[in-house]
Amino acid sequence: MLGTGILQGLLVTAKNFAGSFHDPARYTTLEYPEAKPVLPEAYRNFPFLVCDNPDDPMGTLRCVACQICEKECPPQCIYIEKSRDKKPDASGKPQIYPAVFAIDTSVCMGCQICVEVCPFDAIKMDQVYEIATADRYGALVLDRAQLAKPNTYFHAIHPTEAAEVDARLAADRQAAEEKARAAALAKAAAPAVPGNVKSAVAPVAKAAQAPEAAP
Amino acid sequence: MNAAATLAAPPTGAHIRAVRGELSGDLLEVSMGPHHPSTHGVFRMIVTLDGETIVRLKPVFGYLHRNHEKLAENTSYLGSMPYTDRLDYLNAMTNNWAYARAVEQLAGIAVPERAEYVRVILAELTRLLNHTCLAGFLMQDCGCSGTPLMYAFREREKILDLFESLSGSRMMCNYQRFGGCRVDPTADWLAGAKKLVGGYGAFLDEFEALLTGNEILLARTQGVGRLGAALAINAGVTGPMLRAAGVNHDLRKVDGYGVYPRFQFRVPLGAHGDVYDRYMIRILEMRESLAILRQSLAGLPAGPVMNPQAKLRGFRPKPGEAYGRIEGPKGEIGFHLVSDGGPNPWRYHVRAPSFINLTLLEDLCLGHTVADAVIILGSIDIVLGEVDR
Amino acid sequence: METLAQLRDRLLARFPAAEVTVVTNPSPSAQHALRVDAHHAREIAGFLRDDPALQLDQCTNVTGIDWPEKEVVDAVRTTVPDPAGGTPRVVEEKIKRLEPGRLEVVYHLYSIALRHGPVVLRLVTGNRTDAVTLPSLTPVWRSCEFQEREVFDLFGVAFEGHPDLRRILMWDGFQDHPMRRDYREPDDYEWEPTPHGDVLAKAKRHYPAPAPSAP
Repeated sequence: MLGTGILQGLLVTAKNFAGSFHDPARYTTLEYPEAKPVLPEAYRNFPFLVCDNPDDPMGTLRCVACQICEKECPPQCIYIEKSRDKKPDASGKPQIYPAVFAIDTSVCMGCQICVEVCPFDAIKMDQVYEIATADRYGALVLDRAQLAKPNTYFHAIHPTEAAEVDARLAADRQAAEEKARAAALAKAAAPAVPGNVKSAVAPVAKAAQAPEAAP
Repeated sequence: MNAAATLAAPPTGAHIRAVRGELSGDLLEVSMGPHHPSTHGVFRMIVTLDGETIVRLKPVFGYLHRNHEKLAENTSYLGSMPYTDRLDYLNAMTNNWAYARAVEQLAGIAVPERAEYVRVILAELTRLLNHTCLAGFLMQDCGCSGTPLMYAFREREKILDLFESLSGSRMMCNYQRFGGCRVDPTADWLAGAKKLVGGYGAFLDEFEALLTGNEILLARTQGVGRLGAALAINAGVTGPMLRAAGVNHDLRKVDGYGVYPRFQFRVPLGAHGDVYDRYMIRILEMRESLAILRQSLAGLPAGPVMNPQAKLRGFRPKPGEAYGRIEGPKGEIGFHLVSDGGPNPWRYHVRAPSFINLTLLEDLCLGHTVADAVIILGSIDIVLGEVDR
Repeated sequence: METLAQLRDRLLARFPAAEVTVVTNPSPSAQHALRVDAHHAREIAGFLRDDPALQLDQCTNVTGIDWPEKEVVDAVRTTVPDPAGGTPRVVEEKIKRLEPGRLEVVYHLYSIALRHGPVVLRLVTGNRTDAVTLPSLTPVWRSCEFQEREVFDLFGVAFEGHPDLRRILMWDGFQDHPMRRDYREPDDYEWEPTPHGDVLAKAKRHYPAPAPSAP
C-alpha cells in the first residue's frame, strides 16, 4: 500500500517523542547553564603555567623560559622574555625564569603541542571555558600572573596526569640527589692530592649539607 | 560546456521541458549562496535557470580559503598536524592519519601494531560519524526539517564524547603522530567504544525504519543526479560517490594500508549512481564499519602506541617526496609532501576529496530543478574546509 | 606493473621525439617519476590512459611546485699540464652559477581497472616569468579540471587547452599568485577594493561639489 514507508517513519518519530518524556537515551538535552556538562579528564581548552607553591606563584613557576613551546607553537601565540637574573627554583637550584610569559588566547587553538614539548612539565592544559570577555584585544592576552595556577589545581582537573607527573618529577629529583651524593662520595674517597687536603674535606661537608637543603 | 562532458549521456526525462518554444523567456541567473543553509558551508553556485530547469551551473568557492598549504611551508611538520584537523573539520582523525601516513612514507618511520589497530578503530568511528552526519544533512536538504538530523546527531554525540575523552577535543583531535598515536586508549575507553559499537546497530535499524522505505524520499532521490562509472573514474571521483556509480574501488582493499587486510568487510556498490544510491551506500558502509570495529576492538594487541625512535622535535626528513593517501569517509584524502631536508616541508599539498568530487557538480545537475541541485550537492558530501583549504 | 625504466623505453619507442627522463626520488617512499617535455605531454598522457597494460584511468592528484632561482656552486676539476714536463696538476675551481627558477606540475596517476600505481608525471615550465605555459591534461583526465585551475590560480602556470581557465580559490580580480615563494603579502589588510568603491564614486557624482575651504 502506498504510504506504508511514511507510516513506519511516523511510528519511529512517535516512539522517540513518547520516549523523550521518560527515557534519558531519547531526551539528551542538557539544560545549560543550570546543569553543567561533566567533562572528561582529557578535555583541554587553553594552557596554564604550573606553579608549585600557591603562596608564591611567580617564584615557584616550573617554567625556566627555555622557549621551546614558543618555537613549536603552530600559530605562534606564546611570547616569552627570559629574565636577566636567576632565582632558585623548587629544588633550590638558581634558574632563569620567564620575566614575561604571554599567551594570546585569541590565536591559541588549544592544540596542546606546547604541553607535549615542554621538558619541565611547566605548561599544562586548562579546562575553563566560561571565560568570555567584552574586551576583544587586551583581555584575551593572558600574562604569566593570569596563567599561573598551582599544582593542586592541576591535580583537581587532571588527576591521573598530575599524579604521573608528580611521580616522575619526584623520581627524577631523587635520582639527581643520589647521583650528587655518589659523586661527592667518590670525590671524597679519591686519593688526596698533596697540598690539597682542604679540598678533600670540603666536598664531604657539602654533601652532608645537601640532603638537608633539598625539600 | 566542457568537451569531456560528452563522455556521459546527457540527462533526459520529464525534467526537461520539450516545448521550450511555448513559454520562451529570458534565462534567469540565480546565485545560490554563499550564505545559504543548504550549501554545506560557504559555497556558491551560479545557476542559470530556464524556468525551473537548470541549464548551466558554475560552482564558486574559495570563501574559506585559509592558505593552509602556505602555512605548512612556514610551520614544522608536527605543527601542521593541528591544522589538518581543520581541513575536513568533521573528520579530524582521518585527516590526521592521512598526513601522518604521508610523513611516515616520506621519512620511512615504522608504526607499532597497536597503533595501527587504534588508527583503524578511530578511522571507522570517524566514518560512522561522517556518514551519520551526511544522512542527517541530506534528509535536512530533502526537507525533513531536522528530525532525522537530530536523531543522527544524538548518536554522533556519543562518538564525539569518545574522541573527547581520548584526545581532549571533540573535533580538533590532533591525535595522530608520526610513528603512532599520541595517547594510549585506556581499558575504560575501549569498554566505552565496545558499548557504542554494540548499540549502534539498533540506531541504524531505527534510522532505516524511519527513512529507507519512505515514499517521499524515494520519489525525490531515485533517478536524480545519475553518475556513470566511466565519467566518475575519469573525473577522479573517489569514495562513496564512486562506489555508488558501481566502481569497486575502496583504498582499504586496493592499497591495503595499515592492518585493514586483517579484517573481513564488504564494499557495497551502487547500481544506478543516483542520489538514493549514494545515500544507501553510506548506510551500508556504516554497517560494514561496525563489523570492522567489532573485529579490531576484539583483536587489539598490547604494546606501545608510539614508535620509540620517532622524534617529536627537530624532525628533519631527508630530501625527497611522498604521496600518502587513505580512504577517508568522503573519499581519497592524500597528502603530497616535498622535503628539502629542512624542518619545514618545501611543498605541502592536500588532495581533498570534496574538491575533486565537485568537478562533476554541473554535469549531475543539468536538466534537474533547483530543489534537486540541493540534494545532489548534499549527496556529494562536501566540507568547505577541505574544498578551499 | 612494469618498471619506470621500462615504461620510459616504451614511451620513447612510441614517441621518438619526446624527452622522457626518470627522476629518482631519494626518500623511502620510492615514488620515482617521469619527467616529460611539454610538447608531447598530452599525447603521452593519452597513451598512458589507453594503453592496455597500464590503463592509468585515474589522475588523482595535481600538485604545483615553485622552484625559485638558486645559486649553485659547481666544483670543476681541470687537469693542467705542467709546462716543465712533469706530472699534470688537477686544479679544482668552484664556479657559481644561477640555476634558473621554474614551475613544476606533478601528476599522480593510478589505475582503478588494474589496481596499480602511482605513476608520477612531472612537467616543467621554461622559467617563472614569461615561459609559464604547459599543456592541459584535462582533455585526457577530467579530474585535472579544477586542480589545474588551482595551479593556475596559486602559481601562475597557464594551461593551454584547458576548457575554463580562471581563478578558483582567489577572487576574480586578484593579482599575483599566492603560493609562489616570492609572494609578498599586501601591507594593508584593512582596505580591499570592493564593489562599494564604484557605488560610492557613482553616488558622489550626484552630490554638489564640496564648498572651497575658507582662506
